[in-house]
Amino acid sequence: MSAHGITQADVRAVNLPRRRVVNRTMELLAWLAALVAVAFLFLIVWSVARKGASQLNLDLLTKTPSVGFFASGKSGIANAFAGSLVIVALATAMALPVGILVAIYLSEFAPAAIRNTVSIALDVLNGIPAIVIGIFVYGLLVLGHGQSGLAGAFALACIMLPLVARATMEVLALVPSSLREASLGLGVPRWRTTLSIVLPQTIGGVVTGTVLAVARVAGETAPLLFTSSIVGSKVSWNPLHALQTIPVAIFELSDSADPADHARAWAAALVLLLFILATSLAARWLATRQRRRLSTSR
Amino acid sequence: MSSAELTPEVARRPFTGRRVRFGDLSLQVVAGLAAAGATVLVALIAWKIVDGASPSISKFGLHFITRVAWNPVVGREVFGAGSFLFGTAVTSLVALALATPLAIGVALFLSELAPRFLRGPVTSLVETLAAVPSVVIGLWGIYVLGPILARHVEPALHDALGFLPIFGTPSSAGPSIFTAIVVLTMMILPIVASIMRELFISVPRELKEGALALGTTRWEMVRGVVFPYARGGMAAALILGLGRAVGEAIAVTQVIGGGVGIHANLFNTGDTLASKIAASYQGAATNLEIHSLIYLALILLVFSLVANLSAQWVVRRVARRQGIGLNRGGLG
Repeated sequence: MSAHGITQADVRAVNLPRRRVVNRTMELLAWLAALVAVAFLFLIVWSVARKGASQLNLDLLTKTPSVGFFASGKSGIANAFAGSLVIVALATAMALPVGILVAIYLSEFAPAAIRNTVSIALDVLNGIPAIVIGIFVYGLLVLGHGQSGLAGAFALACIMLPLVARATMEVLALVPSSLREASLGLGVPRWRTTLSIVLPQTIGGVVTGTVLAVARVAGETAPLLFTSSIVGSKVSWNPLHALQTIPVAIFELSDSADPADHARAWAAALVLLLFILATSLAARWLATRQRRRLSTSR
Repeated sequence: MSSAELTPEVARRPFTGRRVRFGDLSLQVVAGLAAAGATVLVALIAWKIVDGASPSISKFGLHFITRVAWNPVVGREVFGAGSFLFGTAVTSLVALALATPLAIGVALFLSELAPRFLRGPVTSLVETLAAVPSVVIGLWGIYVLGPILARHVEPALHDALGFLPIFGTPSSAGPSIFTAIVVLTMMILPIVASIMRELFISVPRELKEGALALGTTRWEMVRGVVFPYARGGMAAALILGLGRAVGEAIAVTQVIGGGVGIHANLFNTGDTLASKIAASYQGAATNLEIHSLIYLALILLVFSLVANLSAQWVVRRVARRQGIGLNRGGLG
């Protein structure tokens, strides 16, 4: 019964019924574990769908939160939708080019020692808790200047950067080196080979990685709490001011004493969940297509 | 290959040495700067957090880490991380203990047991569970899971196992350390399970088939071949899962209820390092409280660095040893 491999005692045909029972039990437990994991997902999705669907209407998307004396039933979180759009778009605009460049440098140019160091840095960045990123951006951009959508977008970009870089590096590694060699052999310089021969091959993978990163940061609350959460109820598109976002809105509404706010929180959660499911499915579809294309081109 | 612009014109265009060198150099410099920027960013994060925490560090020193107090009243301010460290340790370790057997089960199901028509869909569903935002899980934790646990599960556990101090008086409303543990279990399960699934799939087929051919049952094959082969990776997966549980702020803040103090009773409310920071987002009473909150973030940062680097170290060490081990096996 050693943990280091199969000993003779394990294999001897003694006590076969007992071994069969143990085997059956373990298989059953594995099935149960899978069932539990899937049940978790269905419980959450079902609750959100049931409680959110009844509240989901156009008012949610078009009306702003009504506050104080003028509070009426017809209020929504239009400001959060606008803010999420602006902040996630800005974060993508910051993280995408830098992420691709980092990946190009690491896969195409960097000596092994630098590649290892930067890889470790990317892994470390990926492992830093989102709330710590939020505190970092608070110290860097918010203290003394006030909150802004831009600060929130920078915090989200810090989370996206390692995801985009990693995804790009993975597809760059899939590009056959014969393609690079053919190009270099024809006298095309290295930079031209990289930008117009190698990079176009990776577009599918880069898009997939970016879509997954967008899906991830669109649901992030922690980095925005300290960077873009103290907001008015008007719809604003100006990233120099603090902007409301869907996750922060859900976080605040869920903590409210008013049951109408809880209903809006569920509806907003349903919208967020639908967006994330749709983008993940799209990314998966893109990934299979890309893989098929790369494997046939070889 | 139509997108690749390797038309004869492009190939024939004369490149002078200088142009080639300039183009290569500029792309290399721009890309290199981006890579340097990513590395500097990590250093900048560490520096900014240390810098922000420094007033609190110089006031409270290392005592901060163990002191159980959080009193922002001006004039009598005392801050310490003790109770949040306790909350973090209890929630994330118990969540990891609950998630580990489940994750191993899910991974074994997906890699060894599942019929072909279930394998793909269930893998996708597990990955989808990992993609659910923490704020949505937290919302569900407050209004669905919390009340169920408070009304049914906690009293049952108290009645059956109440002699253990951890199963004390059930919470009245729902927010409790216990709810946070269940929520964290759900959040780290899919992450750990996905990594382990990939590990189990990467076990060489001939090793598995060899064991089965020797007459082992499927479980004996898993215990004798799959687990030893994947041991290092499994340890790294658990470290990463622990890191995720420790760093999770939002969902925990929503369900844990808040409060300072160290209690054995899991049904009490509490706070973790991350949830204390997140719960204070609407402002702190004094500057010293802000610096102390950043001190909490510093503890989280140090932990995430240690967890990440040790996971990488484990993976690399095992990869090296496994390479040697396999070679020797081949010769023998």
